[in-house]
Amino acid sequence: MSTSIFDIGAPGRGAAAQRPAPGDVSDLTPEALRRKPPRLPEVSELQAVRHYTNLSRRNFSIDNQFYPLGSCTMKYNPRGAHRIASLPGFAGRHPLAELAASQGFLACLHELQEVLKAATGMAAVSAAPMAGAQGEFAGIAMIRAYHDARGDTERREIIVPDAAHGTNPASAVMCGYAAREVPVGADGDVDFEALKAAVGEQTAGIMLTNPSTCGVFERRIADIADVVHDAGGLLYYDGANLNAILGTARPGDMGFDVLHVNLHKTFATPHGGGGPGAGPVGANERLAPYLPTPMAAKEDDTYRWVEPADAPDSIGRLSAFAGNAGILLRALAYARMLGRDGMRRVGEFATLNANYLMERLRQAGFELAYPERRASHEFVITFRQEAKEFGISAMDIAKRLLDHGIHAPPTYFPLLVPECFLIEPTETETKEELDAFVAALTQVLGEVRTDPERVKTAPHTLPSARLDDVKAARDLRLVHGAD
Amino acid sequence: MPFIPHTDQDVATMLDAIGARSIDDLFDEIPASLRCGPLDVPPGESEMEVTAALTQRARRDEPGPCFLGAGAYDHHIPAAVWDICSRGEYMTAYTPYQAEASQGTLQLIHEFQTMMAALTGMEVSNASVYDGASALAESVLMAVRANRRTRRRGAPSAGRETATTRVVVAGAVHPHYVDTARNIVKGQCIRLEATGFDANGTVDLARLEALLAEPPAAVVVQQPNCLGLLEPVDEVVAAAHASGALVIAVANPISLALLAPPGDWHERGADIVCGDGQPLGIPLSSGGPYFGYICTRRDFVRQLPGRIVGLTEDTGGQPGYALTLQAREQHIRRGKATSNICTNQGLLVTAATVYMSLLGAAGLNAIASRCHATTRKLVEELTSIDGVQQRFTGPFFHECVLDVGRDAEGVAEQTATAGVTGGFPLGRWYPELANCLLVCATEKRSEADIVAYRDILCRILIHPERPANGSASEGSR
Repeated sequence: MSTSIFDIGAPGRGAAAQRPAPGDVSDLTPEALRRKPPRLPEVSELQAVRHYTNLSRRNFSIDNQFYPLGSCTMKYNPRGAHRIASLPGFAGRHPLAELAASQGFLACLHELQEVLKAATGMAAVSAAPMAGAQGEFAGIAMIRAYHDARGDTERREIIVPDAAHGTNPASAVMCGYAAREVPVGADGDVDFEALKAAVGEQTAGIMLTNPSTCGVFERRIADIADVVHDAGGLLYYDGANLNAILGTARPGDMGFDVLHVNLHKTFATPHGGGGPGAGPVGANERLAPYLPTPMAAKEDDTYRWVEPADAPDSIGRLSAFAGNAGILLRALAYARMLGRDGMRRVGEFATLNANYLMERLRQAGFELAYPERRASHEFVITFRQEAKEFGISAMDIAKRLLDHGIHAPPTYFPLLVPECFLIEPTETETKEELDAFVAALTQVLGEVRTDPERVKTAPHTLPSARLDDVKAARDLRLVHGAD
Repeated sequence: MPFIPHTDQDVATMLDAIGARSIDDLFDEIPASLRCGPLDVPPGESEMEVTAALTQRARRDEPGPCFLGAGAYDHHIPAAVWDICSRGEYMTAYTPYQAEASQGTLQLIHEFQTMMAALTGMEVSNASVYDGASALAESVLMAVRANRRTRRRGAPSAGRETATTRVVVAGAVHPHYVDTARNIVKGQCIRLEATGFDANGTVDLARLEALLAEPPAAVVVQQPNCLGLLEPVDEVVAAAHASGALVIAVANPISLALLAPPGDWHERGADIVCGDGQPLGIPLSSGGPYFGYICTRRDFVRQLPGRIVGLTEDTGGQPGYALTLQAREQHIRRGKATSNICTNQGLLVTAATVYMSLLGAAGLNAIASRCHATTRKLVEELTSIDGVQQRFTGPFFHECVLDVGRDAEGVAEQTATAGVTGGFPLGRWYPELANCLLVCATEKRSEADIVAYRDILCRILIHPERPANGSASEGSR
């Protein structure tokens, strides 16, 4: 670690240029006031700037490194989109500003809703949810509202493949459903027979990611839709992997009733070290009345908010204002730069890069989890052989990859493939970068055979050696200087 | 091809390596019937064209002086804050799961947790959730889990009879927060019951006592409340704790540098403190991205949702940081997680951490006291107009309810036309306050801004026949 901001200051020091003259508070009673000032840093402006600039250098990021994080779509985040969202008229607009002073923003929100409708094949879109998981929550809450409105209240289960993101079952439970898992077969597709057996009158719906978290397209999606719909259930599309099929296939055409889109994946908004994201939801005609508010509406050439009176069946608001508006603006700017052909190329080149990388790794001797399948925009490799032979884990290999200046792919996800990596190169990486990744991973694999200790104790070149997660959880030290 | 680096030669070489004839071949597992034609979106544009088109829209919304708060506040943001946040190392990093490659973000979050715990007077903080309203929703779920009396095994299930758990909302809590919380918790059979506010604009204590007769899991109170007024928080905490309910405080972090922190309220203090971090260096930006914070006492840390960073050691015995208590979270616990939440608002936490470091306790206190004094000045000027008066007389922080003597909806619209963001017409939330505007003046509002607003409001109210966008100052006393 570098020295804490709390240890570089001095009592009485501060960034004086940032301090207004204090105001008179003598009208407030002493009981209402704070007795002891909070313990915050006491540093100069330069000290703060230097501290946080230096800390930033202890991070990997897309701007610095190849970041092939499966399921996360770490593509280039255009600076132009960031600058547009930072324009004074956008950054300075108050969320509750009057309509007369909101037409520019509402025009953008409405345009984004239209773009997402076109890209997903849905009848209506609400951009209110602030992340993918909130989009999932919204979608499942809409499914529940739909069943409840029909008096169909005995449906208790949401079906989720065992390869799904953990947010899927967690979102279902938050909406009051039980999550029922169905297995994924050896070919990476959902086990159709097991699914048929699981679907019944207790089924409220199913949550699917397509292409799936195994990095393959769910080939029997149309049959799955029929089975679930025939039983009175609805289909939820988790948009985590939309990047793979953008412009090539649309969830609305596959039979999905409701979905979310991760704008921080497919629409290139920055991940920010763990957020913000945005998870707009789209719905077909059947579920559109339940979409969360607020949304933008257009009448002639004037824009307005969709008011509660316009959406009496809505599941309501999920945030204090209009969701992560600044992220929506970035996504719109990106979508406009791509346009019709650019969107199709996103899916095409993401798929090209993944299949190329998968083929190169296969030829270099790595074991693919689904060797008979095409990759979507991502694919899974497994180190179960190395684990058995050399006692090396996927995590060891991940940590050693960091020493090569490459961010490691997710390990142990999907959970059903032992000792795996989920690799997603994205369309914005060059062939040279992919080749360098193959070379680095090949070198690590060689080292596993010749010097496994070196791999087991990686990383060796970063600010920290391998960190002790167990100690972090056992001996909780969550604030500076408390212990 | 925007952002796609492939040359024709690259494509040919790559297809050759794969053994495919065309890119289209790579989609041969998608049934033909599911392929779509060209999307119904316009052709692409250059960065220059998009910037020009969207700049034109942004200009339409460029605000004049802002006297509107109601949950989002127009504070000065030091230039250094977003210069640092815009560094690619912060902006384009992922969640710090690979701790050794993320020490920058992890240490920053640990410093953030320390600052938030200090501000709120609590022992621990998470790494943030989406916004203030979702922070309240998560805090309600957390309180239901943490309260011994209402703790349950497993979540309730649709289609089964499950006893309802109650949570009481005391006083004037931001209606959008309450709506959000209600919408998020209702699937788990939790019901929010509101005391409403009395003639003073603060909690109706008699009504609170009545609702506590059958003890709820928790009591929610906002300080300052959504009308800007100071709630009798010590009484609320005393009553809630006496009934066995936990206390969830909703607080504006800027106010905490000046007002008694929730950890100090009554004897034991609040149990959970949450709110929106927007005032700490985050632009108004139409309502987001902001971040929600949640702090609590150490005993409840395992019920705290969202990411948490802990200090640990590396294999060489050197200190370093890592995400911790991940066994609470969805990627490990799936359906049994404390929440489905997956992201925190990392970039906004970065902004707030830099902001708090630049300001320190003295700077934050100066901003809080300056906001208070500026709002008093605003109230003094606006109530000098005939027919404008304070609706509630109790102490306020930096927002105040003014009765303007007629439908405030139209007045707010007219101030906007005159180039001022004049306040929030409270009839949208409370029909009985239809003639009231909620106004706010942060440290950014100069005396000249205030005088100009007074003149505009005066013209709207006293001389409605004249255009409101002139500059003369006639009409006020």
